[in-house]
Amino acid sequence: MTQQKQDSAAASNAGAKNPVLEVRDLCVSYGKVEALTDASLTVGEGQIVTVIGPNGAGKTTMLSAIMGVLGSRGQVAFDGRVEGVPEVERMVARGMTLVPEKRELFGEMSVEDNLVLGAFQRYRMGKRDHAQTLEEVYALFPRLKERRDQAAGTMSGGERQMLAVGRALMAKPKLLMLDEPSLGLAPLIVREIFRIIGELRRRGVSILLVEQNARAALQVADYAYVLETGQIAMQGPAHELADDPRVIEAYLGLGGKHQAMLST
Amino acid sequence: MDMAIALILSQDGITNGAIYALLALALVLVFAVTRVIFIQQGEFVAYGALTLAMMQSGVLPATVWLLVAMGALVTVLDGGLALKAGQGRRAAGVAGWNLGYPLALAAVVGGLAVDALPLALQVLLTLAIVVPMGPMMYRLMYQPIASAPVLVLLIVSVALHIAMVGLGLLFFGAEGQRTPAFSEFSLELGPLMVSAQTLWVVAVSVLLIVALYQFFGRTLYGKALRATAINRVGAQLMGISPTLAGKLTFFLAAFIGALSGVLIAPITTIYYDTGFLIGLKGFVAAIIGGLASYPLAAAGALAVGLLEAFASFWASAYKEVIVFTLIIPVLLWRSLTSHHVEEEE
Repeated sequence: MTQQKQDSAAASNAGAKNPVLEVRDLCVSYGKVEALTDASLTVGEGQIVTVIGPNGAGKTTMLSAIMGVLGSRGQVAFDGRVEGVPEVERMVARGMTLVPEKRELFGEMSVEDNLVLGAFQRYRMGKRDHAQTLEEVYALFPRLKERRDQAAGTMSGGERQMLAVGRALMAKPKLLMLDEPSLGLAPLIVREIFRIIGELRRRGVSILLVEQNARAALQVADYAYVLETGQIAMQGPAHELADDPRVIEAYLGLGGKHQAMLST
Repeated sequence: MDMAIALILSQDGITNGAIYALLALALVLVFAVTRVIFIQQGEFVAYGALTLAMMQSGVLPATVWLLVAMGALVTVLDGGLALKAGQGRRAAGVAGWNLGYPLALAAVVGGLAVDALPLALQVLLTLAIVVPMGPMMYRLMYQPIASAPVLVLLIVSVALHIAMVGLGLLFFGAEGQRTPAFSEFSLELGPLMVSAQTLWVVAVSVLLIVALYQFFGRTLYGKALRATAINRVGAQLMGISPTLAGKLTFFLAAFIGALSGVLIAPITTIYYDTGFLIGLKGFVAAIIGGLASYPLAAAGALAVGLLEAFASFWASAYKEVIVFTLIIPVLLWRSLTSHHVEEEE
């Protein structure tokens, strides 16, 4: 396990003004196995924060717990209010959305129906502006507009990922959580996805990005955490972590060197 | 058999088939959204028919007290939860809908001379009593075990079916009831006399199917139900809670059941336990659609209705046997042509 880079001032996400999300000492257990231990992180307004780390480090578990899909212990404060235990519908209603790793699209329904359903919670709360939001999402993803009547399940992997992100944006989230958005996509499409993440920041959406593609994630992010075996091992401004020899060694070097590191 | 008899039998078959189609659609819907096999669908048919019959004979339908009792339980559970969370307004809303509404309804039905009301109003009151039992039943019986395996949900359905039949005997007695036809005219088409009630059944069924089609194709709530059926996790991440979807589904299923009961009450004598056989035939149709396909289920329902009508002419003692035997070749064909999918948990 790497030395913790926890010398007080550098330890916290100091660039985060008005934190949108503050997670304190979050723990998740699957039976007796603790998958996430005392994880704390902060996402400031308009920031992109990334969590990188090897397979099985607990990244997806962490997002699921913050969203309320998984039960957890600890404290999640979102948009200025502390949630005891987050509950999915309430978190969606309060402006948090998760684009899960498996995308979880409605395969037999059309692209447009998928998108409109992204606005379901807003519609339920009486905010019926989804026609306008739909145009904004189409402007961001012209490809989706071309395919609006096509069944979601018949599209390519990259298009499906765009649809998943577009559907999440339909909720006009304050915080967008992306779980491995580049997973299984061709390099050209990965670049496109990261371009869109940058574009979203310019529009003021705060983003919590979980990625295995550490190089791309550190390039686009403001602040970064490294999660290893369920614990935050390192953190710091993204550009500093990108220069950190241990991060370079483990995540940015050629090939899967983190395997070698984990075994020492 | 000559042409005239064949036509009469077809008319019978289509009339019954239309009702089976409605019930089959509700069964497919409930299973797709909640994974519950809605055995007690037939009881909603009987409750609808017999509640209307009681009103017409000037008796306060006992089903209204069942509604009050179920509502009171929901109020205690949900109201208690809301109070515990310090949401006083929500608790008041829960009490209003689940306790205030049934009591107000009981007062209206008890206070009015319901037997003198026009039929349309009696039908509306019947639906107002029976339909809310659907979502309440979901809240009380299924919501706490929403993620249980299909088999457990099925056993709960069987238990509820038995309980509802027993309560039906208590509420309505062992005597069968038949209500007067909606209208008296009949239509002469060549050798065939088409009764007004047949037209009512077919017309209302077609209208309801079109309305459901529009609901699922065009409204956001309808799409939300479809989305839940396709991908439960995805739907939840959109803020479509399984609880909301379950209650809405049970509302629709109870509405379809009760309305079917009201429609067929003038055609067949309904006993407290008649619903089960009717519901089962809807179930055969739903199985033909693989509990997944709406058009196949509707087509299957027509086939069941026609088969039943002709079977009752040729071998009336065996008509139920013949209809239910249909399920064996269908299951064979289904298991040979489709891939077995393990239940996802």
